[in-house]
Amino acid sequence: MGIIEAAKLVFEYAKYSEEGSVESVVRAIDGVDLDVLPGQFIAILGHNGSGKSTLAKQMNAILTPTEGTLYVDGKDTKKEENIWPIRQTAGMVFQNPDNQIIGTVVEEDVGFGPENMGVPTPEIWERVEKSLKSVGMWEYRKNSPNKLSGGQKQRVAIAGVVAMRPKCIVLDEPTAMLDPNGRKEVIRTVQELNKKEGVTVILITHYMEEVIGADKVFVMDKGKIVMQGTPREVFAEVEQLKKYRLDVPQVTLLAYELRVAGLPLPDCVLTTEELIEELENIRKQKGAQYGN
Amino acid sequence: MIRDITIGQYYPTDSVIHKLDPRVKLVGTIVFIISLFVFRSWVGYVLATFVLAAVIKISKVPFKFMIRGLKSIVILLLITVIFNLFLTPGETLIQIWKLRITKEGVVTAVFMIFRLMYLIIGSSVLTLTTTPNHLTDGLEKGLNPLKKIKVPVHEISMIMSIALRFIPILLEETDKIMKAQMARGADFESGGLIKKAKSLVPLLVPLFISAFRRSNDLAMAMEARGYRGGDGRTKMKPLVYKNRDKIAYGIIALYLVMMICVVKFV
Repeated sequence: MGIIEAAKLVFEYAKYSEEGSVESVVRAIDGVDLDVLPGQFIAILGHNGSGKSTLAKQMNAILTPTEGTLYVDGKDTKKEENIWPIRQTAGMVFQNPDNQIIGTVVEEDVGFGPENMGVPTPEIWERVEKSLKSVGMWEYRKNSPNKLSGGQKQRVAIAGVVAMRPKCIVLDEPTAMLDPNGRKEVIRTVQELNKKEGVTVILITHYMEEVIGADKVFVMDKGKIVMQGTPREVFAEVEQLKKYRLDVPQVTLLAYELRVAGLPLPDCVLTTEELIEELENIRKQKGAQYGN
Repeated sequence: MIRDITIGQYYPTDSVIHKLDPRVKLVGTIVFIISLFVFRSWVGYVLATFVLAAVIKISKVPFKFMIRGLKSIVILLLITVIFNLFLTPGETLIQIWKLRITKEGVVTAVFMIFRLMYLIIGSSVLTLTTTPNHLTDGLEKGLNPLKKIKVPVHEISMIMSIALRFIPILLEETDKIMKAQMARGADFESGGLIKKAKSLVPLLVPLFISAFRRSNDLAMAMEARGYRGGDGRTKMKPLVYKNRDKIAYGIIALYLVMMICVVKFV
């Protein structure tokens, strides 16, 4: 059974005019079916306003479905009594690192989740130590979060979620406000958590480079899931991705253009190494053809 | 850098007073302040001076930090002294025109000076030796009995600690907005008081909007991490009384007894 199962999920919210009357109803999520297996690394891609962040908030029961159902670890998010167990199962990391750190000291912030869960004091310390070490921020435990870099803050936020021992972590554009180095830091941390601890990861992003390592990619547009498959399958459809205003990774785009120009390259190339290898092969073949 | 400013006036050193449980320090400060108001004789003030001096010595905080707070009350001190000097009825010492300085007036004025000064210094000792966070923790735990009469103790202390966490962030933001406005020709420097105050409006509006946005995000992040108020919450760093706290309570009790004796018999 999947850890997150959505069936015909619909979410609508009302837009209000300045006088406070309902102006229009916006359908942010429109009939989404989703099945995430435990231990998977899932990426959800989409342009601004595609409904991907709204979908993320559904998984943590911050928002609940208007129609359809969403089960997190077998629990219906619509039921009031399930809210807290669900939030414990599916931890959530948000976009702005400043606005999700509650503690004035790094270790206190990581302890915030376990404190809320009513974990006994000695175990809180154990969890804080373990999760800070797992994101590589243990040396900074006594620091004030204000003095950390964006990437470090985001890692602290991830540690704060990890300390709650969730089965699944939902990251809602965790790298959108970070510089390239911070972005790499955070993605590496998330990948490690997924591989070493077996935590299910749902990464919501619009940076294509971040989803290459994912098991499965979903592309959202106007509240619907329009494409899904492995990164290789999805990135092969360069034209279609462009239609949804998404960019494929640079290497993939280069390979695609080369293929269009007539080079015999495979359908989808994801990494620079892959492209180099393929080009080398072509060179060797050509060399053999002309006999040098 | 604007983010380096310290909040409150905590003076970090390693002393017994610093290590004390914040509840002990709170109770001690309150007892000390009460004693200042019930003492009516110089014996009491000698006792208070002695105790205060000892605490300052143990706290290892330089004396000049202690009296820093006095600057702000100089005017208040002057007014109180003048009123007490001239308006206390009693045996006339000097008479200038219609104003009389009485013997009782001088005595009350002197007591009043000491009372106010010790009040400020006493509370400075508390804030100089306790981090704002620790103080909040202490308040929450210390005020816990008030929960019975429906005072939202946990919520108040949560608000205080979040405010402390966000002060540097909002300061940084103010700085950023100010620079952005200055880059577009806003003038925060020149003009009189009213013009300066008016020029702050374009600064405050975006600051407020962003603060509301932040609080919305923060509330969501807190809920996502399972926050649902103080019930059923455990503490990562619970306040537990140690031996030194018990000894300190003993000293406070002793001071209380001496205070009662002084008030009763002197």
